[in-house]
Amino acid sequence: MSSKNFDVEYLAELARIKLTPDEIKTFEAQLGLVLEHVAKLNAIDVLQVEPMAHSFPIYNVFREDEMGESLDREAALANAPKQAQGLFIVTKVVE
Amino acid sequence: MELTSLTVHELQPLIRTGQISPKEAVEALGRRIEEVDPFIHGYLSHDLDRAISDAQKADVRLPLGGVPISIKDVINVKGHPCGCASKILEGYVAPYDATVIAKLRAAGAVPFGRVNMDEFAMGSSTENSAFGPTRNPWDLTRIPGGSSGGSAAVVAADEAFAALGSDTGGSIRQPAAFCGRVGLKPTYGRVSRFGLVAFASSLDQIGPITKDVRDAAILMNIISGPDEFDSTSLDDHVPDFTVALEKGVKGLKLGLPKEYFIEGLDLEVEKTVRAAVANLEGLGAEVIEISLPHTEFALSTYYIIAPAEASANLARFDGVRYGARAKGTKSLLEHYGKTREEGFGPEVKRRIILGTYVLSSGYYDAYYLRAQKVRTLIRQDFAAAFEKVDAIVCPTSPTPAFKLGERTNDPLSMYLADIFTLAANIAGICGISVPCGFLEREEKQLPVGLQILGKELNEPVVLQIAYAYEQNTVWHKAKPRVTFSPAKSSEGRSDELIAD
Repeated sequence: MSSKNFDVEYLAELARIKLTPDEIKTFEAQLGLVLEHVAKLNAIDVLQVEPMAHSFPIYNVFREDEMGESLDREAALANAPKQAQGLFIVTKVVE
Repeated sequence: MELTSLTVHELQPLIRTGQISPKEAVEALGRRIEEVDPFIHGYLSHDLDRAISDAQKADVRLPLGGVPISIKDVINVKGHPCGCASKILEGYVAPYDATVIAKLRAAGAVPFGRVNMDEFAMGSSTENSAFGPTRNPWDLTRIPGGSSGGSAAVVAADEAFAALGSDTGGSIRQPAAFCGRVGLKPTYGRVSRFGLVAFASSLDQIGPITKDVRDAAILMNIISGPDEFDSTSLDDHVPDFTVALEKGVKGLKLGLPKEYFIEGLDLEVEKTVRAAVANLEGLGAEVIEISLPHTEFALSTYYIIAPAEASANLARFDGVRYGARAKGTKSLLEHYGKTREEGFGPEVKRRIILGTYVLSSGYYDAYYLRAQKVRTLIRQDFAAAFEKVDAIVCPTSPTPAFKLGERTNDPLSMYLADIFTLAANIAGICGISVPCGFLEREEKQLPVGLQILGKELNEPVVLQIAYAYEQNTVWHKAKPRVTFSPAKSSEGRSDELIAD
């Protein structure tokens, strides 16, 4: 593990967050330190270790495929910044 | 005695027998909030009229009948705003009740107010709230801990009878310790997370912050149990958590992990915690030294896993279906970028960037997968320890509450405040923090917390030990003085302290 190629500007683009040049610089320095710290994990031999995704070995939970209650359309749209005709309105996607 | 200083188990019988009306209980809270919250800033908002109307409808014969319970701003309460102390959720009104809220209501409780927190529960001091920090009732120049700092502060200052918080890496236990109250993180899966805004889904749990251990047990009785809306909830039997409380600690074996008594642990905190452990020994518990060899890797493991999961979970905040949206954007990419730039605070952005990095192509194996493997080792450490002992005792945090602004520019030092609590989330086990004394800093008394960790689903034992300790000490009865004479108020509230 190394923090080489830790390109905050590129990562911000991937994460869809616009950052100011100042933020990019600050985050690079601050997260660089965090990455140095987490590099500690390299000291452990994990070759024979299974990764743990969850605390408990719980498996898929199934239920009958029956229709239940859910939010009605009006309630689901109530929090939308912009909506019309039962739809969420967003900025144009296709040119 | 002031009405608002009552515990839940003291208040409810008074309501049930008609000596206090539910309306009076809510009104008393309202007055107390008016009196002290300008100094504490524990509440982001509260709606007294609505709470009174809910209280009047409550069936007082139910276990929590008529009792207001304050709710961290990360839990959906139908018809109330839920903002995660973030600007990006501005205007959002919860369209449904979280399962814990539905369960509280079914038990007669009145969900009350939105208490302050670090934005999206990311932080250890409540300074990451977009709406200003909460202050520690024991010393207003200090932080109350975090991320459930508001929950702990309002309970400590008697502006709440009890509160719900959430704990991803210590966010219930650490603020409870800093504010001198009781905080329980249940076993992963014990309490449904449906309606809790997700931060790190494999670590998050909801739990109570209360004035004493009995109240924690009472709230656990209500909020625990399987839930068809959260498939990570466990179907294990939910016991009556109050039954074991009085069993005492005689014959129980407690482990003192040597890796928790290290450099960086405040000497007075260590002294206080060791005295508490000696006290438990005096009550009949056997204490042995144990080892949790991978302790030093918990922080690194956590700061890979939690940001990774957060970066995925927080992708939903895109200004399309709810919350704030940047104005005047010309393309969808610009819409996302600007909405998230304007809506998220610096710590949330930092963690999303970090999480995006550790999950990105070429780095996944080196960071995320490796951390998931170390996670297995940390869990195995605990499993081995719990073969020898019934519970583990240690400090909740290495220091007492620190000063506002002290660690805001140094994320790593902020992360270290949770160094003793993270491992429980990584392993999925349960833990509680109980007040175990005070130490003096700048002529102020600051609370110290004793953390008791138990193996999965062993909340009854953890509560039993905590209760035995609490009943043999006086710390939980200590109250901060947060009433100010008008002359003193300008001093206690000086504006330059309101950082950021």
